[in-house]
Amino acid sequence: MSLTAEEMKAKNRETIDEVLKVYPEKTAKKRAKHLSVYEDGKPDCAVKSNVKSIPGVMTIRGCAYAGSKGVVWGPIKDMVHLSHGPVGCGQYSWAARRNYYVGTTGVDTFVTMQFTSDFQEKDIVFGGDKKLARIVDEIQELFPLNKGVSIQSECPIGLIGDDIEAVAKAKGKEHGKTIVPVRCEGFRGVSQSLGHHIANDSIRDWVFDKAATQKQAFKSTPYDVAIIGDYNIGGDAWSSRILLEEMGLRVIAQWSGDGTLAELEATPKAKLNALHCYRSMNYISRYMEEKYGIPWVEYNFFGPTKIAASLREIAGRFDDKIKEGAERVIAKYQPMADEVVAKFRPRLAGKTVMLYVGGLRPRHVIGAYEDLGMEVVGTGYEFGHNDDYQRTTHDVRDGTLIYDDVTAYELEKFVEKLRPDLVGSGIKEKYVFQKMGVPFRQMHSWDYSGPYHGYDGFAVFARDMDMAINAPVWSLAKAPWK
Amino acid sequence: MNQNVENVLDHFNLFRGPEYKEMFEKKREFENACDSDEIEKIREWTKTTEYREKNFAREALAVNPAKACQPLGAVFAALGFEGALPFVHGSQGCVAYYRSHLSRHFKEPTSCVSSSMTEDAAVFGGLNNMIDGLANAYSLYKPKMIHVSTTCMAEVIGDDLNAFIQNAKEKGSVPQDFDVPFAHTPAFVGSHVTGYDNAMKGIVSHFWGGRERTANGRINFIGGFDGFSVGNLREVKRMFDLMGVAHTILADNSDVFDTPADGRFRMYDGGTKLEDVKAALDAGATVSMQEFCTEKTLAYCAGRGQEAAAFNHPIGVAATDRFLMEISRLTGRPIPPALETERGRLVDAIADSSQHIHGKKFAIFGDPDLTLGLAGFLLELGAEPVHVLSTNGGKEWEAKVRALLDGSPFGKGCRAYAGKDLWHMRSLLFTEPVDFLIGSTYGKFLERDTGTPLVRIGFPIFDRHHHHRYPVWGYQGAMNALVWILDKIFDEMDRKSMVTGKTDYSFDIIR
Repeated sequence: MSLTAEEMKAKNRETIDEVLKVYPEKTAKKRAKHLSVYEDGKPDCAVKSNVKSIPGVMTIRGCAYAGSKGVVWGPIKDMVHLSHGPVGCGQYSWAARRNYYVGTTGVDTFVTMQFTSDFQEKDIVFGGDKKLARIVDEIQELFPLNKGVSIQSECPIGLIGDDIEAVAKAKGKEHGKTIVPVRCEGFRGVSQSLGHHIANDSIRDWVFDKAATQKQAFKSTPYDVAIIGDYNIGGDAWSSRILLEEMGLRVIAQWSGDGTLAELEATPKAKLNALHCYRSMNYISRYMEEKYGIPWVEYNFFGPTKIAASLREIAGRFDDKIKEGAERVIAKYQPMADEVVAKFRPRLAGKTVMLYVGGLRPRHVIGAYEDLGMEVVGTGYEFGHNDDYQRTTHDVRDGTLIYDDVTAYELEKFVEKLRPDLVGSGIKEKYVFQKMGVPFRQMHSWDYSGPYHGYDGFAVFARDMDMAINAPVWSLAKAPWK
Repeated sequence: MNQNVENVLDHFNLFRGPEYKEMFEKKREFENACDSDEIEKIREWTKTTEYREKNFAREALAVNPAKACQPLGAVFAALGFEGALPFVHGSQGCVAYYRSHLSRHFKEPTSCVSSSMTEDAAVFGGLNNMIDGLANAYSLYKPKMIHVSTTCMAEVIGDDLNAFIQNAKEKGSVPQDFDVPFAHTPAFVGSHVTGYDNAMKGIVSHFWGGRERTANGRINFIGGFDGFSVGNLREVKRMFDLMGVAHTILADNSDVFDTPADGRFRMYDGGTKLEDVKAALDAGATVSMQEFCTEKTLAYCAGRGQEAAAFNHPIGVAATDRFLMEISRLTGRPIPPALETERGRLVDAIADSSQHIHGKKFAIFGDPDLTLGLAGFLLELGAEPVHVLSTNGGKEWEAKVRALLDGSPFGKGCRAYAGKDLWHMRSLLFTEPVDFLIGSTYGKFLERDTGTPLVRIGFPIFDRHHHHRYPVWGYQGAMNALVWILDKIFDEMDRKSMVTGKTDYSFDIIR
């Protein structure tokens, strides 16, 4: 049954060649550069990345607005995030990402609400700045406990020449609030990725070094850390935070799941930035390193193997007290993780997985699957850059099929050829593969489950993968008389 | 320790444990959080008439609007044609959003491509994106038709679809005779129902343009943007077949949004055949189930010499009566006894349950036609549609609702709210409470805040499964709507009477 690495490589290369045949010549040439087979020992995955998607191919990517409003800014719970432009963008991204938070929605927190300037034709023709100014006033009047407003630009803003920065400055002064203009128009860049970057930069420019809104002076401790790049999907940041705190660290900020403006402001006082989603928040981490001298460390909280390594890595930046704390935490949770593995591994061992996700997941979740004895045979990034594909080499096996900015057509064909036991991707892909009889988990939203981070999350992850693969429904697809 | 392998806790219960509760409490220290008295004070204030006045004085900000943008409606309509691939010209993120949005509602794949315009296209226009995009989509997905609509980016920079498509054809992107109907669908005009209309008009005029009409006895039927289209269109076809009405459903997406899981992914399934669309020019009439989704389309049909008839998402006995009588008049086909029997069964069901729904107060929100259909049904049941709200409803819609309410004693004291959003509705529910709320999934935030139980009828419905497979049109469809409303009423009765020793004297097993 199982192929050698060389056989697997040959088969995967054949599959790539076959898929490319369908494209017009020019497109095939371009797409060929994004499809590859990983070779052990290579410095990256040998794919081109972070370039424009090809028109008409059904890319799975989103836009800069999605990266800024949907990912980075949206979860900051005590600010109002205005989708500035026509109604659609805010509508489709309304409460869709499951960034959990604690708060009284509509009163002191606003994450699952859709605030929009609902542009009409006259706003396009005459400009939307006056409307924006009025909107900021109305937000202050109706939602007085908001800590600030972010203005998430939709496509038209950058095309009609609005000066949202001027409005933000004037209104911020008038109301004494943080008002952040974000130039994340959807046509900028090639994917969500530029939106992350723009959003990071807007925090740098409009939050850091501005007058802090904190009521009390911040008292530092030697153990202050920030969680960067965890969006608390299904509670991920919480099941991560609890581990850091248990090992003796003080988490002073969460970026950005269940986060607040005050936490963003306090982060430059951290002793270490712990970075989970490198792709979306490496920018601000690098900035804080340069400007404030705060080191940052990447970590991976999927699956007990990676969690233990990460806890030790983080602890390695602190004194013995924290190092002992890390060992204590590992010792506390490892038995539970072992029980999870003991229960689910026999049901999942040897099963193959194909992933196609964004951010950190195409590489970060591989360890968790391996803890369960599963093998990832194909993976790719929606909006990765070459540094992601470099990092991926540490996690993938020789011969793994790699696909960057995959098209719906390619992914369908790849799955048809490789016939994995599980596909992990997004809502747009889910039903395609379930129709084909391939078990599927959404790996953006955790398919409405979660958390998946941390030890507590691993138990949920293992349960869910078992539930997907071993569901009785898959044996029903074929009628018995056929 | 929070997890136990024999009973794995997910987000519902994990974070209710003492360790996490303590962690949340400690986190507040870093949040610069408002103190709880202040939060409580503001929360109470948002429930007041004073707040309602300020809320209704809003001129610029929309909060929780119940409408989407034009291209969503265009994509929805285009998916109703055989082998049709929707192609949206503009930024690519939009298409990712339409696909996610429709898939979250129908629990089905949604195929749609983008021309992926970026900064350079913003400067130079998106012609090259159209040329390459059509060529790629054509060779990759082998559609029978590509429908082009636009995102607001392409509209703001003024890309001309007609010229671009011609140009692309000349460059050989698709064959000259390949069908590429199109519609400009600016997101800053109207809503998804407008986009549906523009797409439909674009498609019928593409297939009908430049041809002479020879009238026959068939009718065309258009469902409009409808979250229940799978169930509704099948029910309409069934009723037409019972009546022996020769018909063409235009934009029949009932199959593509309900494909089987049998080991094969069908990117295209069902849909109105393109030759049927062409032949539909000769129909005697075009009937739209949703007037506000088809204003331009019906005007075009009328202009081509067809009789045009429009309804407002008819739900219930009288509304279905009117619909069937109009179909009968247009086609000369009598309403068969089988449908009379179904009618009788619906009336019987209403009679059986009438006492539980009579006099109950409702708030409704949704698309213009749906809210009219629901309001009519509630009046028929003796219930009061106290607040009828449509974010994408205009003055004409408001007048129609007013006339409907004025026509019934149960409409006294009820009001229509055009162009308002769900934050307005929140104020209405606090200051003039009702017993039940009917609307889309977004209504669950209102249910949480105001305690008004939500009956999910509308679009989108993300958090309940499979309702789109059931019709609300026809007598059988109205039966479904009746049952959903009643289930909520009975559940509420139980919920309110199940406190042991306090309220459970009313916890009846027979109702």
